[in-house]
Amino acid sequence: MKPKRPLDPYLFLAPTALVLGLFFFWPLALVFKNSFYRWDMLTPPEWVGTANYGQILASGELWGTIGRTLSYSVVVVVISLGLGLGLALALDRPGKLYAFVRGAVFSAYVVSWVAVALLWMWILDADGGLLSSLCRAVGIVPKNWLGDPSVALYTLAAVSVWKITGYSMVIFLAGLQDIPRSLHEAAALDGAGAISRFLHVTWPMLRPSASFVGTTSLILSFQAFDVVRVMTQGGPVKSTTVFVYAIYEHVFVNLRVGRASAMTVAFFVLLLGLTALQLGTWRLGRTGARRA
Amino acid sequence: MKLAFSRILLVVVALLWVGPYAWMVLTSLRTLPEIVAAPAWPIPKSIQFDAYREVLTAIPVGRYFLNTTAMAVAIALLQILLALPAGYALAKLHFVGKKVAFALVLACLLIPAQVTFVPVFSMLGPLGLVNTFAALVLPFGVSALGTFLVRQALLSVPDEMIEAARLDGASELRIVYGLLAPMLRPTLASLFLFSFVFHYNDYFWPLVMTTDDDVRTLPLAVALLREQGTGVRWHIVMAGNVILSLPVLALFAAVQKQILRAVTARVG
Repeated sequence: MKPKRPLDPYLFLAPTALVLGLFFFWPLALVFKNSFYRWDMLTPPEWVGTANYGQILASGELWGTIGRTLSYSVVVVVISLGLGLGLALALDRPGKLYAFVRGAVFSAYVVSWVAVALLWMWILDADGGLLSSLCRAVGIVPKNWLGDPSVALYTLAAVSVWKITGYSMVIFLAGLQDIPRSLHEAAALDGAGAISRFLHVTWPMLRPSASFVGTTSLILSFQAFDVVRVMTQGGPVKSTTVFVYAIYEHVFVNLRVGRASAMTVAFFVLLLGLTALQLGTWRLGRTGARRA
Repeated sequence: MKLAFSRILLVVVALLWVGPYAWMVLTSLRTLPEIVAAPAWPIPKSIQFDAYREVLTAIPVGRYFLNTTAMAVAIALLQILLALPAGYALAKLHFVGKKVAFALVLACLLIPAQVTFVPVFSMLGPLGLVNTFAALVLPFGVSALGTFLVRQALLSVPDEMIEAARLDGASELRIVYGLLAPMLRPTLASLFLFSFVFHYNDYFWPLVMTTDDDVRTLPLAVALLREQGTGVRWHIVMAGNVILSLPVLALFAAVQKQILRAVTARVG
């Protein structure tokens, strides 16, 4: 439609443009700029060219952090996706009890990361924690879940899986509801068993849901911070220092804004790559808010 | 056979997801001597609210709760207030640069707060805005996703309706807030809940933008409970956890459908 006055659209967009400009685009430009300086936020910044990038590459920090972030993300995404699908198939039944369990699984997604992290720290506590006590009760020597560098990252991943599985379950449940009953009935009439009905009817219809869940939870798991900061502070011996925690540590622990910025640029490039992947699997803006 | 399997599965899933919550609540109802004597076995000898009393004296829970709620409500309302006119322009009005504007909004979907916090922090410092309510709210005043969803919802509103309102002499702002906003109520309610829950729970931004107790939020305060004193007093930490989670769980129980709708709203 023609606007009533030619300036109207610009006025309507002005507040949005102001906020996005001030808090997204301008800071993004500053991150690039800061990545070429050495700066502790106390003394004036000093131009150092590409030294920050050289350092994160030479020290192995960049690749180490990417490796840890990827390991964490892949474990979280793959397992929560599989579990979410399984739960959606198993719990897609009428009945109050099923509704309650669906609600319980999803509630972990709604509760804060801080609460979940603290709760699991207590469960995993080496002395009195529930899990360690259960292990001892059945004669297994419990691991030092959060204190052992070879296990800690996967412990965090397991806690994250517990938290976000409800999300993929809900998306899959919505997907299951979109499958016309007649498809299943037709397949059953043709003599298809449960497994072949899943492979030929359910799964093809759920594939868009799966790629949606996969890409969104991949991108979100790349931004993991709360669980690391509360449970391990990046340790032991850096074993859980994922991307955002590494950036945070550079700024607030080591006061190295330049290095933090170089890491942020790398992080941003990685996110761009992931988004390109996302655009490939799930075309943005095609149908819009299906359910909103 | 099949039914038995699904019953067993139900029990396993309930143990895995309800069990931890139950342990959290049971721990919070015990006393320190009890936990020291037999940490893992949670059935309290008698129900004790000592831990809650201690949390309430250790941190000003009321003020933190108000800080957190006020911040989350302000963010959610601001997002809706700004998404409506922007979504209207992007959905309904022709203007030069529309495609670019839309693309820029979508681009913001890729930029999480963790990418921009360092410069925002160093920008707000000299302005005296670190440790203020404004620093917690303003950076989230626009939700790219919210703007996008409002635009999508407005695409299905017929142009004739807007033309008719114009003929009746309604101003453009009146059309946006008086006519279109009520029509979008389900979308806006979903957006509000989604945004409220996210920011109520947020730990990262309040952590990096505040050092001052006056503006800190509940998740930060509860996380700090663990670090206080010698030895972790888990009954107190779990009591804090219950206080932190209960409002969100209650909200979820009350408006489950809307929250699920917000979560399953797709961008593609």
